[in-house]
Amino acid sequence: MMEGAWDLLLLSVKVWFSIIGGLIVLPAMCGVSLGVTGLYIKILVKILEWATLRIQRGQKDQPTLQLQPSSGIIQKDDGSMEEEIGKLRRSWPKSLAGGDFTLCDAFYFCKKGIESIVDDQVTQRFTSEELVSWNLLTRTNNNFHYISVRVTIIWGLGVAIRYCVLAPLRITLAFIGLSWLVIGTTLVGLLPNSRAKSWLSDRVHLTCYRICARALSATIHYHNKENQPRKGGICVANHTSPIDIVILANDGCYAMIGQVHGGLMGVLQRSMQRSCPHIWFERSEMKDRHAVARRLRDHIADKNKLPVLIFPEGTCINNTSVMMFKKGSFEVGGTIYPVAIKYDPQFGDAFWNSAKYNMVSYLLRMMTSWAIVCNVWYLPPMTRQEGEDAVHFANRVKSAIAHQGGLVDLSWDGGLKREKVKEMYKEEQQKMYSNMIACSEDNLSSQTSRAPPPHGPVQPVQPPSAHDTVIKGSVRFIHSYTFDEDVKP
Amino acid sequence: MGLPLVESALQWNSGILNANRDPKNDDVEFQITRLYSRFHSLDKGENGALSREDFQRIPELAINPLGDRIINAFFPEGEDQVNFRGFMRTLAHFRPVEDNEKSKGHDASEPLNSRNNKLLFAFRLYDLDRDDKISRDELLQVLRMMVGVNISDEQLGSIADRTIQEADTNGDMSISFSEFIKVLEKVDVEQKMSIRFLH
Repeated sequence: MMEGAWDLLLLSVKVWFSIIGGLIVLPAMCGVSLGVTGLYIKILVKILEWATLRIQRGQKDQPTLQLQPSSGIIQKDDGSMEEEIGKLRRSWPKSLAGGDFTLCDAFYFCKKGIESIVDDQVTQRFTSEELVSWNLLTRTNNNFHYISVRVTIIWGLGVAIRYCVLAPLRITLAFIGLSWLVIGTTLVGLLPNSRAKSWLSDRVHLTCYRICARALSATIHYHNKENQPRKGGICVANHTSPIDIVILANDGCYAMIGQVHGGLMGVLQRSMQRSCPHIWFERSEMKDRHAVARRLRDHIADKNKLPVLIFPEGTCINNTSVMMFKKGSFEVGGTIYPVAIKYDPQFGDAFWNSAKYNMVSYLLRMMTSWAIVCNVWYLPPMTRQEGEDAVHFANRVKSAIAHQGGLVDLSWDGGLKREKVKEMYKEEQQKMYSNMIACSEDNLSSQTSRAPPPHGPVQPVQPPSAHDTVIKGSVRFIHSYTFDEDVKP
Repeated sequence: MGLPLVESALQWNSGILNANRDPKNDDVEFQITRLYSRFHSLDKGENGALSREDFQRIPELAINPLGDRIINAFFPEGEDQVNFRGFMRTLAHFRPVEDNEKSKGHDASEPLNSRNNKLLFAFRLYDLDRDDKISRDELLQVLRMMVGVNISDEQLGSIADRTIQEADTNGDMSISFSEFIKVLEKVDVEQKMSIRFLH
């Protein structure tokens, strides 16, 4: 009796693995798609559309609580400090000569302060984007109430399918994919260096990432493949989650750069290193900016080495905006291949909120979402122009990526997720204001020959369709080099 | 969402007492929901109240020269925590004035977002010790906050003197609230000290 049950179990395990092997792993190796995921997405879209309509109909009977997209919930004045204070003073009786302070100036700062308390551009980037309509996942159910029995049933079915059918499948696939990576790269590493070795290494990496992409039910649309990063260059992309690497590496091979980790990550890093060169740093080395730059420079100088994949934001942002690019990767010369990645939030929230979830729970959340659907645009390569400094170049690349991906272009530092804003920015605001009220007399030590600072990060940001012209000139600031995403919470 | 929210709703709306289905009420409910969401996301400690550090975490507020004064306006004398009701009460000063037109005659007391109360809010930004007078010292301190290190003491002193001279009518070398109102009578306070929600 027990043996019968045992045999049955073994048989079902065999069947399970052969299905997976035949239908998923083999096609992944050949880069062929059976179209199952595509069909799944189509069905999902139909269901979600139906659910949306039902919810909207339901909401008509109750007070409407429609959410606003991330373009803001309050009206903000677009003018600069000078313009706005100028408008305030227009009705002020003209004062005597010398100095231009008026009591109503405080209104400008007061209003700006209250506006930022109600809705600011930065803190919202570190939490998941709010959806305009519910996508039947409990985790995105912020403001949606019970609508109808039918929607609830569909939601319940969704939970059952996602957790009981899809999740085990995906976890198995992920396991297979990663084991394949370790085994495959170790085997390839035994070969002597040759063209065959590089080719094999590419195959192994691609297969592994394709299996991992299947493990997430990822549907990726690549645009402008003619601009794909080439050897000896640096690929920069906006950062939303560790999955970005899987997304990009599905289509091409990259050299990774980052800190050496222990545990499972360490195993992966070491085995990858065997088959082709990546750049891994010890923790102590990361602080030495010059050492880092030197290794990067050496790597890209060798035209046989794969392009380096770098995320200049330094941390995960929620895919509604692009935050400041650290200048480190833009200083070493070489061609920059910008890439814009935009996830469709309707199918699953890809953002890794490292304050809230650790890596494992994040991956489990990914595997219990509907799917990951995203668009990847390869942008034309850019190089630093004559006389352009690294910061300005970084901003130029950032604007191009933001424009292509439909993301808001911010010059705020992603590090504000954890750190306080630098005093320097407040001092800039103070300086701008001082220039307005200082009199024309020459006894001001503050009036240096430097032009008034350009509009700093306080300026309201234009909607994504308008090219960002708010950041004029270059604002110099020093940042430590952080090249890749922070894997630790 | 609970009783405190309803009370805040009444304060926010201070005037509309009837709960008839009227599009204005939907707007109000929407605004309150958004603000509650916002309050909740700022409340990192999840204890139902905001501290000064919670406000300082907003980068755009942290770089505002008058940021500390604005944050201070939320906290009543001697307290370190502000709950949602207090949060709404302070923000209610910034409701646009035209929203009050429908509520004429319902409430005897002056709404929080009247012109006078908006001016009082601004007055209190300057009046550091809350004694209803802006002294020369206080004005100097606030000016120093706004200009940082870029202007010398003498210059700032003369700016303060001139400002007080222009506003002071009773010769006590400080600006009282009525003098403040008089000096700003031509400024469009309603427009400049109002926050409008997008719909």
